[in-house]
Amino acid sequence: MSTESLRPERQSIGSLPEGEAARQNVSSRQRRGKIWQGILLACTIFGIIILLMLAYNIVNDAFGGIGVQYAVEEEDLTDGRPLEELSQAELIAILETNLRSRVLKNLERERPLAERSREELIDIINDEIIKPEVVAVYSLSEFLFDRPTIEAELRKSHPRAEIEFKSWLSWDFIVTPMSSNPVEAGIRTAILGTLYLLWLTMLISFPLGVGAAIYLEEYKNDKPFDERIPAGRWMNNAIQRSAGLIETNIYNLSGVPSIIYGILGLAIFVRALEQFTSGAVFGYADPTTANGRTILSAALTMSLLVLPVVIISSQEAIRAVPGSMRQASYGLGATKWQTVWKIVLPNAMPGILTGTILSISRAIGETAPLIVIGASTFIVTDPTSLFSKFTVLPLQIYNWTSRPQPEFRAIAAAGIIVLLVLLLSLNAAAILLRNYLRSKRVST
Amino acid sequence: MADQAQAKAEQGAALAVSIPQTIDLRKRPRIGESIIQTVLFICGFISIFTTIGIVYVLFQESLSFFADPAVTLFEFFTGTVWQPRIGEFGILPLLNATLVISSIAMLVAVPLGLGMAIYLSEYASERARAILKPVIELLAGIPTVVYGYFALTFVTPILRGIFGNDVVSVYNMLSAGMVVGVLITPIIATLSEDALSAVPGSLRQASFGLGSTRWETAIKVVVPAALSGIFAGGIVAMSRAVGETMVVALAAGASPNLTWNPFEPAETMTGHIARISGGDLSYGSIDYRSIFAIGLVLFFITLALNIASRRIVRRFREVYD
Repeated sequence: MSTESLRPERQSIGSLPEGEAARQNVSSRQRRGKIWQGILLACTIFGIIILLMLAYNIVNDAFGGIGVQYAVEEEDLTDGRPLEELSQAELIAILETNLRSRVLKNLERERPLAERSREELIDIINDEIIKPEVVAVYSLSEFLFDRPTIEAELRKSHPRAEIEFKSWLSWDFIVTPMSSNPVEAGIRTAILGTLYLLWLTMLISFPLGVGAAIYLEEYKNDKPFDERIPAGRWMNNAIQRSAGLIETNIYNLSGVPSIIYGILGLAIFVRALEQFTSGAVFGYADPTTANGRTILSAALTMSLLVLPVVIISSQEAIRAVPGSMRQASYGLGATKWQTVWKIVLPNAMPGILTGTILSISRAIGETAPLIVIGASTFIVTDPTSLFSKFTVLPLQIYNWTSRPQPEFRAIAAAGIIVLLVLLLSLNAAAILLRNYLRSKRVST
Repeated sequence: MADQAQAKAEQGAALAVSIPQTIDLRKRPRIGESIIQTVLFICGFISIFTTIGIVYVLFQESLSFFADPAVTLFEFFTGTVWQPRIGEFGILPLLNATLVISSIAMLVAVPLGLGMAIYLSEYASERARAILKPVIELLAGIPTVVYGYFALTFVTPILRGIFGNDVVSVYNMLSAGMVVGVLITPIIATLSEDALSAVPGSLRQASFGLGSTRWETAIKVVVPAALSGIFAGGIVAMSRAVGETMVVALAAGASPNLTWNPFEPAETMTGHIARISGGDLSYGSIDYRSIFAIGLVLFFITLALNIASRRIVRRFREVYD
C-alpha cells in the first residue's frame, strides 16, 4: 500500500490505516495499554509495599538483640542453679554475703529481709548485685542474620558482655510508668492519658457534633419566627443565612491544620481560661503547680479539632434515614422533635456512632496540637482527674524518637505497636457496634 | 370552610362530647420545641465560634508580635534569616522549607495517588478492589507520628546509603518530603477515585465503541471528564502537606535554613511552631508571639488552598445528566 497516493485524502477527511498497518496500529496500541496497566498496578502495589516496609521497620526495631554486661554472673552467685529455684534463706544468704553492710542496713530499715517475698528478693539481687547493663542495641534483622559480625563487634568494645534476645514490647513495658532509663521505661501513664483523653473528647464532641448535624439536616429550613412581622422575617432570614454559613464554615474548618487548633487551645483553654481548666475555680488543683496544661484543656482542643468531621459524618448518617419514616411520624401527629428523637436518631445511630468513633480514633493519633498546648512528656503518676497533668502515647513516641540513643528508638517502636493495636481495636469496636445495632433494629 | 368547621363542631356537640365550638388550627407555639431548636442551633454555631476564635487569637497575638520594636512587617515577609536569639524574624526560610517539602510530597503523591485511583476505578475487578481499598484506608489511618518515625529511622538511612553520608544529612528535607508524600497519597487516591467513578459509564462505552483501548478510554475520556475533581483533590492534599507537622518535626531538622537543596536540613513553619512550643515557653515572650504570626501565615495558606479547591469543583465540574 502506497501512502503517497493517500496523502491528499488524509488531509481532507482523514483516513484509517488498512491491512497490515491496521493490525500493527491496533497491536501497538494494545501493547501500550498493557504497559500502562502494569505501571498503574505498580503504583497500587507500591502502597502495599509501603505498608510492609512500615511494619518491617517497626518490628525490626521493637524486637532484637541487646548486649548485656553483668557486674557479677548469676552462675557465680548460685553455683549454677537458677535464682528462681533457691529458697528464701539461700537468697538472703546471697544478699548478706554480697552487699555492703550499709546497703543491707538500709534495706533492713525499709522492711526486714526475712519478711520479704522471694520475688522481691530476686529483684533486689538483680538490681543490686547482678546489675545488668545494656551496652549495645541491635535490630531484629542484625540479631537474626548478622550474628557473627555483631558478636565480634561487641567483644571488641565490651569483652564481658553477652548478646541476648530482647523484646522491648513486654507486659512490663505496658504497666510500668515513665522513666528516664529506657530499659526500665514504660507507657502506663501514656496509655491511661490516651484513654482519658479519648473518653473525654468523645463525651464533649459527640453531643455537640450530633446536635449540630441534627440542626443542619432537620431544622435548617424551619422558620421559627412569625413571618407576618418584619422583625420575625428578618430573624428567619438571619437564621437561614447563618445555617448556610455554618455549612461552609464546617467544610473550611475540616481543612485547617491540626497545629492551628493547638495554637487556639494554647491561647484560649490553657491561657485565657486557666482558672477554669486548671481546676482552680473548683478548688480542685494544687495551687502551687496548677496551670492550664491539663487533660481538660487537651480534650477541649481535641473536641474542636474533631467536631467538623463528627458533624459531617453524622449528617451523612441522618440523611440516610428515608423521608417516608419522618412523614409517617408526622402523619401520626408527632411533633418535629418527637420525630427526630424517636424516629430519625435511633435509625441513624449506627452510622453516627461508627463515624464518630472513627473520627475520634483518628484524633487519638494526633500529636501536634498536644505539643503546642504543652502536654508534658515526663509524667510518672497516673492521671487522676480532669485537672491532672498528662501525657499520651503519640507524644511519648515523638519524644523518644527524637532522641539519638538506639534504646529510645527501640521503645518508640514498641510504643508504636501499642498505639496501632489501640487504634485497630477502636476501629474494630466501631464496626462491631454498628453491626450489633443494625441487627438489633432489624429484629425488633 | 368556616361553615364546615361549624357544622362539624355541632355534630360533635350532638354526640355529647365536649368539643369546643371552633377549633383553632393555627400552629401552636411549643416552648419545649423552641428551646430544643435553639440549643441545636447553638451546637451548630460552635463551629462559627471556633473560626472566630482562631482568627481572633491569631490576629491579636500577631499584632502584639508586630508591635514589638524588634520586628517589622516588611522584615517579616522579606527577611531571609529567622533567628529569634539575635532578633531576626524573616519568615522566608520557614516558608521556603514548607514549599520545598510540599513540592517533593506532591511529586511523590500525584503520580502514585492518581495511578492508584485510575487502576481502582478503571481496571480493578471487584475482588481486587476489596483488597486494595482497605490498604489505602490503612495508609490513611496510620498516625502521622508513626510516619515521622518511619522517615527518620528507615527512609533517611536508605537515602544516605544511596547518595552517601556526606551528601545527605541525618535530618533532610528529601526524606521528610517523600514520607509526607506517602501520607497524602491516600487523600489524592480516594478523592480522585470518587471523581473518576462519578463519570457516567455511557462515556466509557461510547469510547470503547469507537475502538479505544482501556488505557485510551481512561486517559482521553474519563480523566478529562473528572479533571476538576482530581484537581480539587490535589489541592486538598497540598494543603494537608503544608500543614503536616510530625513528619517534618522529626525528620527535617531543627534549624531554619534558606536552601533549595533537599539533602540539607531545614525547618518548616509547622516544625518551628512545634519545636518552640515544645520547650518551656513563657507567655508574652516574643517567641510565644512569633508562633501566632507563623500560625496566621499558615492558616491563610491552607484556607486559600481549601477555598480554591471548592471553587474549582464548583466552576469546572462537568455535569452529566
